[in-house]
Amino acid sequence: MWRDALLVVGKDLRVELRSRVATNQVAPFALVVLVLFAFALDPSRGVLTRATAGLFWVAVLLCSLLAVQRSFAMEAADSARDGLRLSGLDPAGIFLGKAAAVAIQLLVLEAILAAGIVVLYGSHLHGPLLLLGSTSAATVGLAAAGTVYGVLAAGLRVRETLLPLLLLPVVAPVLLAATRAWEAALSGTPSDGNPWLQLLGVFAVVYVTVGVVAFGPLLEDA
Amino acid sequence: MSPITPARATRILGIAALAAVAATVALGLWVTPPDVVQGDLVRLIYVHPPVAWVAYLAFGVTALASVLYLWPRTRSLAWDRLAGASAEIGVVFTALTLVTGSIWGRPTWGVWWTWDARLTTTALLLVLYLGYLALRRVAAEPETRAKRSAVAALVAVVDVPIVHLSVVWWRTLHQSATVLTPNLQPTVHGSMAWTMLLGFCAFTLVYAWLLVHRYRLETLEERLETEGLSIALAERRAEAAERVKAPQDHADPRSVDPRSADPRSADPRSADLPSADERVVSR
Repeated sequence: MWRDALLVVGKDLRVELRSRVATNQVAPFALVVLVLFAFALDPSRGVLTRATAGLFWVAVLLCSLLAVQRSFAMEAADSARDGLRLSGLDPAGIFLGKAAAVAIQLLVLEAILAAGIVVLYGSHLHGPLLLLGSTSAATVGLAAAGTVYGVLAAGLRVRETLLPLLLLPVVAPVLLAATRAWEAALSGTPSDGNPWLQLLGVFAVVYVTVGVVAFGPLLEDA
Repeated sequence: MSPITPARATRILGIAALAAVAATVALGLWVTPPDVVQGDLVRLIYVHPPVAWVAYLAFGVTALASVLYLWPRTRSLAWDRLAGASAEIGVVFTALTLVTGSIWGRPTWGVWWTWDARLTTTALLLVLYLGYLALRRVAAEPETRAKRSAVAALVAVVDVPIVHLSVVWWRTLHQSATVLTPNLQPTVHGSMAWTMLLGFCAFTLVYAWLLVHRYRLETLEERLETEGLSIALAERRAEAAERVKAPQDHADPRSVDPRSADPRSADPRSADLPSADERVVSR
């Protein structure tokens, strides 16, 4: 399973590196979202400063939709999905691989966004441990839930509209918990963020488990 | 046939639900006294918590039916129909929960809506299952659709306890009296507690009755789909067989045969082509 996952991660990331969709389109999109938030709220800098954590995670959520769409659009071309199904790779491994590829792209994106909020919103990144921990847990949860819904919607003609409707409510707890954790960290009181960090951990574990169990049957039908 | 036709038991269930609702209305509106603090507004307590309870019950049934569908030993499309029927009722009752809560909140809190944890999570529940229903509407093979929506229901229901735990961690403005704890009301009267309990029973009965009928409707729809197709196929075959027997009847499109009076009803593949061309030219 782990070897298969590594193969799939390698494949997805290599495709991404060569096509450069993530670097040329998704990352600029994320920065545009940040700038738009600033346009909408900037007249009073206080609002922007208070809302920074929430804005950051909303931007991440929007980008995660794009990343998931992209991850399965890749498989749709040239009937690559049939190849994946016939490859004999463990479905759980495929799930872990695809989720990990999405997670790695999101982590890179979050690094860019974090730099963005420091530069554009003038935030100070206190509590680096809490920031790192909550970000990685949230990212794993987002990527796992996204991959489950991505394969669910893959092959449907209405996937572009259906995926946001399905995925965004499900990952709302990630938005909630990650925002609270980041607020605690940014305001310099990291100990307030620990329950949220635990919630993010629970979320990540639950959705990775659901994905490992459910991905096989869903891939067969996609 | 037996699960399709409404049985006597269903009718009795319906009558019982109706009677229980009527009794709740009568007790709630006339027998129980108005609250000392909230006045007549307190009467919503006989509707709002039971409706919310039914929403949770419905989503619980959906999740259970989805598990039973995914479990290979109990795999049957009947579970899928049950899950879908229950989710639809759950969405309706979640919406009712929000509406009755709003009606109560406007005079009490002064706003229709506030971004309070319990309200927000309930709204989230509604959106989650609207997505589930949207997924069910996507055309697919019945087995594919059933598997897909069963997984979606499980992913969605995993979210519910997480969201509800966050209510505990998040300081909420919503008072905890909305759950089934009539004793928390300092002015609770014996008849009020009983009416509330009756409300829970009444709405649960309504749920069961709706579920039976929605399930039945779904079975009928499915049957219409499969049998409708085979009926249409049989008709087509009969028509084709007739044509093979008497092909000269259709040579002239203006023939007196009523079936070819409307030129669109003639099948261009089985009718001989020259006559079809002739028909176009003659227009």
